Amino acid sequence: MLLDLNSDPRTSLPPGFSPGAVLADGTQEFFLNMGPQHPSTHGVLKMVLRLDGETVLEVVPHLGFIHRAIEKMGENETYVQYIHLTDRMDYLSSHINNLCVCLCIEKAVGMGVPERGEYIRVMVSELQRIQSHLLWWGAFGLDLGAVTAFLYGFKEREKITGLFEELCGARLTMNFFRPGGSVSDVPDSFIPKTLEIIEAMKFNLDEFDTLVTRNPIMRERTVGVGVLSREKAVSFGCTGPVARASGLNFDVRKHDAYSAYDRFEFDVPIGRNGDCFDRYLVRMEEMRQSLRILEQAARSFPGGQYRSKEKPVIKLPAGSHFASVETARGMNCTYFVSDGGVKPYRVKSRSPGYSNLSALNEMARGCKIADIVAILSTLDLIIPDIDR
Amino acid sequence: MNANFAVDVLRARLPEPWANLIVTVLGIGILVGFISLNTMFLIWVERKVCAHFQARLGPMRVGFHGLLQPVADAVKLLLKEGIRPRASDGFAYFLAPLLPLIASFLVLAVLPFSRTLQAVDLDAGVVYISAVSGLGVLGVLMGGWASNSKYSLLGSMRSGAQLFSYELSLIISLLLVVMSSGTGSLQGVVASQTGPFWDWWAFKLPGAGGMALLLFLVSSTAELNRGPLDLSEAESELTGGFHTEYTGMTFALFFLAEYINLFTVSALGATFFLGGYLPLQFGIPGLDPLLALIPGPCWLWGKAYFLIFLFMWFRWTFPRLRIDHLLALEWKFLLPLSLGNLFFGATLIALGWLLP
Repeated sequence: MLLDLNSDPRTSLPPGFSPGAVLADGTQEFFLNMGPQHPSTHGVLKMVLRLDGETVLEVVPHLGFIHRAIEKMGENETYVQYIHLTDRMDYLSSHINNLCVCLCIEKAVGMGVPERGEYIRVMVSELQRIQSHLLWWGAFGLDLGAVTAFLYGFKEREKITGLFEELCGARLTMNFFRPGGSVSDVPDSFIPKTLEIIEAMKFNLDEFDTLVTRNPIMRERTVGVGVLSREKAVSFGCTGPVARASGLNFDVRKHDAYSAYDRFEFDVPIGRNGDCFDRYLVRMEEMRQSLRILEQAARSFPGGQYRSKEKPVIKLPAGSHFASVETARGMNCTYFVSDGGVKPYRVKSRSPGYSNLSALNEMARGCKIADIVAILSTLDLIIPDIDR
Repeated sequence: MNANFAVDVLRARLPEPWANLIVTVLGIGILVGFISLNTMFLIWVERKVCAHFQARLGPMRVGFHGLLQPVADAVKLLLKEGIRPRASDGFAYFLAPLLPLIASFLVLAVLPFSRTLQAVDLDAGVVYISAVSGLGVLGVLMGGWASNSKYSLLGSMRSGAQLFSYELSLIISLLLVVMSSGTGSLQGVVASQTGPFWDWWAFKLPGAGGMALLLFLVSSTAELNRGPLDLSEAESELTGGFHTEYTGMTFALFFLAEYINLFTVSALGATFFLGGYLPLQFGIPGLDPLLALIPGPCWLWGKAYFLIFLFMWFRWTFPRLRIDHLLALEWKFLLPLSLGNLFFGATLIALGWLLP
């Protein structure tokens, strides 16, 4: 259906908008199309804004521009083949997405993972979380108009990307985990390089604080903007840093610990106000906590096997199987329905971005156009994850 | 010195009106040529400064360290197809990019590059500057309106509100200098700062002069539409703001005007607060005559580039403000502050509390 954005809101509305009262002072509302090709939507998200001057009255996101039917494709692949599709969903958390599928398969067939394999999984997941948050931090700066932050974030991210390239040969859609462990052992340089990254990151995070966190303009732009209450966060199904910034103490790593996360000490940062600034702070603190986990894991990195004995054919017992992980954006779940064959009967993924995006209208009502950009940025959306 | 000599020779050989005409035409030609070249250089400087702030190299391929990159960019922009949106107003759409360009050249007419190198020396130079620089706003508003696009309209309405507000504190900060030097002519303003560097108005009025320079820098950042106050462009919000619908050469004209303005404003700041074309003097007998050997235009150029570097530093460090914060900053903070500063400066002058 074609959108007529020049329509008069008194007579007809574009799809998705709730009929509202005409503005009291005799001025007219108008609709603004943001995206799918807009610098701040980071991909192909399209939003239609209902505006009164610069003030946003309502936002309607339009999805589906990059829908590839990944779950449907999964029904025609074997379980192990499906893993490589999931790193195309949330491409900044590819390893963690892969891990979710592996966990689901292992749980269903009762496959164990050796100690070294678990440590590799935790370390790679945490490196991935830092890498993703670094990109978010850079893009956040860019959205607020501080272009320099973007390049600083990317410069540090590059080191982790290089490490992943050594691990599995890919830089973006990485594919390293398999049921029972990982596809190969880590190279000898993995631990020394990780320690280097940890040291560098500690310094960099302080530098980032100087450049952006303590900047008064940045605080003006984010404090009290896009407030999401704890109740609303729960009712919209928000997870990850977005929910935690609103005061919801929920982290899959802590409350439904998978892999070896129960062996490490780390805190789950919780925000108080649920505004953009809290979401920012939660992510910054999460990077520090990830460094803590990495440090502990690197210090007690065990030897031995990296993968349990491979099975030539994996068949899940008939019934439904479920696993969840904490990606950089929130709770990612995999749900398989199996009829006992080599391929799943039905596949369903839960992506954190989809639920987080649904809270956008709640947060954006009454703010300015510039705030929409700040809110979108702190939601940290990955559009292929939402559309799948 | 040399320019003066040439003018004298012309005046001696030719009848008065002819000599004046030739001098004026030559002056305009030199000014336009210099400013165009300088703008090219300025774009290169911006890209290099920004790149080094961001831990990268910037343009490196075309010419020595990318010096010819702006030429390549200009050729590219010239060859691009000029597209006009069907729904736009053709006349206003094509007129709009010219106005900021004309405005920035008109301001340059009263800028003294040296004691003799100046197109016109108006007695009311400051009034002229404030009047003419307002023309640029008109171009931005017209461009945004004529494009008939919502992003452009939002951008131009933003810049309308922004430029009109910040003009106030800009002019008030200049007024302080006019008041202290007792003349509105730019040549007179420069002449009043003769002496060692603490005779420049930025330092001579204790506190007030430095504050006026700071206010001048902040409000001219807004006037120049540069980050962190580049709300009318606001790439991440409005894609391009008022020039969203402009392509090729029409876009390049807006871009050109922006950089000419950057130089003009910095040169004005140097003229009003940092002694203009006067050489830097420390009051040391051995050093001062040596520094005075460097010609005036070079000093003005150097001082202007110092301020330009500050503008670039602002731009590549800070995030962008929001429109309501921006206007609140001007009306609730900068305007009262600049008025207070003006009174403070006036009191200093009345009491004669100037640096010796």
